[in-house]
Amino acid sequence: MIQLAWLIPVLPLLGFAIIGLGGKKLSKGQISLVGCGSVLLAFLLSLGIFFQLHGQSEVVKVASWFATGRLSVDFSFLIDPLSVLFMLIITGVGFLIHLYSTGYMHDDDGYHRFFSYMNLFVFFMLLLVMGSNYILMFVGWEGVGLCSYLLIGFWFKNTEYNNAAKKAFIVNRIGDLGFLLGMILIYVTFKSLDFSVVFKGVHDNAYNQSIYNTIGILLFIGACGKSAQIPLYTWLPDAMAGPTPVSALIHAATMVTSGIYMITRSSVIFINAPVASEVVALIGVLTAVFAATIGLFQNDIKKVLAYSTVSQLGYMFLGLGVGAFTGGVFHVMTHAFFKALLFLCAGSVIHAMSGEQDIRRMGGLKKALPITHLTFLIGTLAISGLPPFSGFFSKDEILGHVYEHEGSGKLYWVLGVIGSMLTAFYMFRLYFLTFHGKFRGTHEQEHHLHESPKSMTVPLMILAGLAAVAGFLGIPNAHQHLLYNFLEPGYGYAKTWIEGPSHFGGEELKLMLIAIASAGAAIYLAFMIYRKNNVLPKEKEEDMPKIQRVIFHKYYVDEFYDAVIRKPLDWLSEMFYKFFELKFIDGIVNGIGSGVKWMGSMARYVQTGSIGFYLFAMSLAVMLIFMIKFF
Amino acid sequence: MSTMLLDAGHSAIQVIPISWYVTFSAVLFGMGVLGVLYRRNAIIILMCIEMMLNAVNLLLVAFSAQHSDPRAQVFVFFVMAVAAAEVAVGLAILMIIYRNTKTTDIDALNKLKG
Repeated sequence: MIQLAWLIPVLPLLGFAIIGLGGKKLSKGQISLVGCGSVLLAFLLSLGIFFQLHGQSEVVKVASWFATGRLSVDFSFLIDPLSVLFMLIITGVGFLIHLYSTGYMHDDDGYHRFFSYMNLFVFFMLLLVMGSNYILMFVGWEGVGLCSYLLIGFWFKNTEYNNAAKKAFIVNRIGDLGFLLGMILIYVTFKSLDFSVVFKGVHDNAYNQSIYNTIGILLFIGACGKSAQIPLYTWLPDAMAGPTPVSALIHAATMVTSGIYMITRSSVIFINAPVASEVVALIGVLTAVFAATIGLFQNDIKKVLAYSTVSQLGYMFLGLGVGAFTGGVFHVMTHAFFKALLFLCAGSVIHAMSGEQDIRRMGGLKKALPITHLTFLIGTLAISGLPPFSGFFSKDEILGHVYEHEGSGKLYWVLGVIGSMLTAFYMFRLYFLTFHGKFRGTHEQEHHLHESPKSMTVPLMILAGLAAVAGFLGIPNAHQHLLYNFLEPGYGYAKTWIEGPSHFGGEELKLMLIAIASAGAAIYLAFMIYRKNNVLPKEKEEDMPKIQRVIFHKYYVDEFYDAVIRKPLDWLSEMFYKFFELKFIDGIVNGIGSGVKWMGSMARYVQTGSIGFYLFAMSLAVMLIFMIKFF
Repeated sequence: MSTMLLDAGHSAIQVIPISWYVTFSAVLFGMGVLGVLYRRNAIIILMCIEMMLNAVNLLLVAFSAQHSDPRAQVFVFFVMAVAAAEVAVGLAILMIIYRNTKTTDIDALNKLKG
C-alpha cells in the first residue's frame, strides 16, 4: 500500500489534465465527477497508508530526476507520520471544499477552469508535503504559489483582483528567495538536499550552531512569505479577491500552512538553531497580536477571516519557535477544520446575499440560514478557544509550552492570551453582526435570502463535526495525546529535544482557566456591544476615533510599504530608464550601428565598378602577399 | 647522343635543364598577368587566365619529371579539371553579358559601383 503512495499526487494531476484539456467539451457533471473524484481517491489512498503506517518512515522512489556533479536528486516521496497527516488534511479538507465548490461555482462561466486549477493546486500541495528532499518540496512550494496566483485572479476581468493576484505572487517571491538561499546554504554545508542526509549531518555536527541559525532564518523568511507573517503578510488579506472556496482551501487550510510544515520537517535544524527559533517565536507572537488587532475593525466578512488566519498562523509559528512542534502541527490541523469551515460558511452567506460581503449590510441571517448559522457558531467557538471545541486544545497546547519556554516565555504567553482575547472578540463581533439583529441589506436581498444547496451544506456539517471534536486527538496528557504519539516516531533525530505533550494539572490548569476566562470575557464584551446594544460599525471614517481609524486602515502598512519600497524602486527604475537605458545602453547600440554605417560609407568608394581596377588590385594584392611571405 | 642519353634511363624531358622550364613558365605566366591587366576584351582576359594556369601546369610537370615523382602530375589533373569548370562557367557568363550589352569590353560593365 505504501508503495502506491506515488499515486496520491498523480490522481489530482490526472484530474487537472483531463479537465484542463477537456475544457468546455465536458459537461458540468463530468467536471465535478473528475474534480472531486480524483481528490476523494487520493484521500482514500492516504487513509489506507495511514492505517498501514506504524511510526516508520519510508521513501518511495519513483525515478531518478537528475544528477549533476555531486548533486543527485530523486523523484521520491517520503512517507512518515508528519507527511501522512498533512496528506490527510490536504486531500480530506480538499475534497470537502471541492464538493462545496460544485454548488458555489455552479453558475460560473469558468467552472472547468476553476476545477482544473483546484486539482493542480492539490497536486502541487501534495508534492510539497510528500517530497523527500528540499528540491521537490521547492517545486511544490512554487507550484502552489502559481495556483494561488491563478485562483486569486480567477475573475481576471476585474483589475483589482488581478492586482491582488500579482501582489500575492510578488510578495511570495521575496520569501521564496529566502527559501532558495537557505537551500543553497544547506547544499553547501551538507553536499546534499535529501532530508535523510541533511538531518543526519545536522545531528552529527550539532555544535555548528551559527550556520544552522543562518539556515533557519533563511528558511523562515520563505515561511514568512508563504504563511503570511510579518513583514510579508500583506498579500493574504488581498488574496480574498479569489472565489471563497479558494480562500478556504488555499488561504486558510493548506497552502498558508506549508511554512509550518517546512519548519516542522526541518525541526532537526531548528532545535540546533536557538537564535532562529527565537526569531520564529517572536515574529509569530507579534503577527498573532498585530493581525488580531486589525481584525477588530474590518467590515468585510472575508477580510476579518483573513486577518484571523494571519493571526492563527502566528500562533503556530509561536509554537514552533518554542519547540512545541506537535502543538504547531496540531493547530494546523484544527485550524484547517475550523477556518475552512468559517470560510465556507462565509461563502454560503455571500451566496445567499447575492455577492454582498459587507457585514454592515447583513444581520439577522439566523432565520434564513439555519445550517450555516449553526456551523458558523461552532467554527467561531472553536477559533475562540472555548472547550470542548478543537481550537481550545491546540491553542492551549501551544500556550502551555510557550509559558514554560525559557527567557521571554512568560511575555509571549501574555501576548498570546491577549491575542486570543482579541480573536474571540472580533470573531463574535462578526458572528453577531452577521447572524443576529435586524437585516440591514436591501429589500431585494432580503427577498432573495435562502439556505445553500445540499452540496454546500453537507461539507459544512462534516467540517463542523470535525472542528468540534478534533481537539480530542490532543488531550493534554502524555498517554492520551494521540497526535503526539502518532507524530513522535517521525521526528527522528529531533525526538529527544522536542517538547512532549503538556501536562494536565497544577499550573497548567491555572493557565488554561485564565485563557478560557479571558476568551469568555471577550465574548461577553462582544455580546454586550453588538447584540445587546446593537452597536453598528461606523459608516463614515470621520466618525471613528483616531486610533480606530488607524487600525481600520490596517495601520497604513500597505501605504508604508508603498512609500518606503515601491516608490523608491519606481523612482530608481525611472532614473535607470532615463539615464542608464536611454543614454548608456541605447548609446552603445546606436553607436555601433552608426559606426558601421560610417565605415560602409567610406568603404563604398573602393567599389568603383571598373573591372580593370579590380583585376589590377587583385594582382597587386597577390603579389604583395607573396612578397610579405617570401622576403 | 640522344639515343645514348635515352638509353641511360632518362626521358626526353629530362634532357633539357630545369632552369629553362622555369624561365619559360615565368615568361608565360607574366604574359598572362600582363594580358589580364592590359587587355579590355573579356574573352582575351579569360584566355590569359588559362595561360597562367597552364604555365603553372608546365612547371609542375617539369619538376615531376625531374624528380621522377608522379605526385605533381596529380595536381596537374586537378588544375585542368578546375580550369575546365572555370571556362565553362566563365564563357556562360560572357555569353549572357554579350547578349545583354552587345559587347565584351569590360569597361562597359561599370554599372555596379558604390
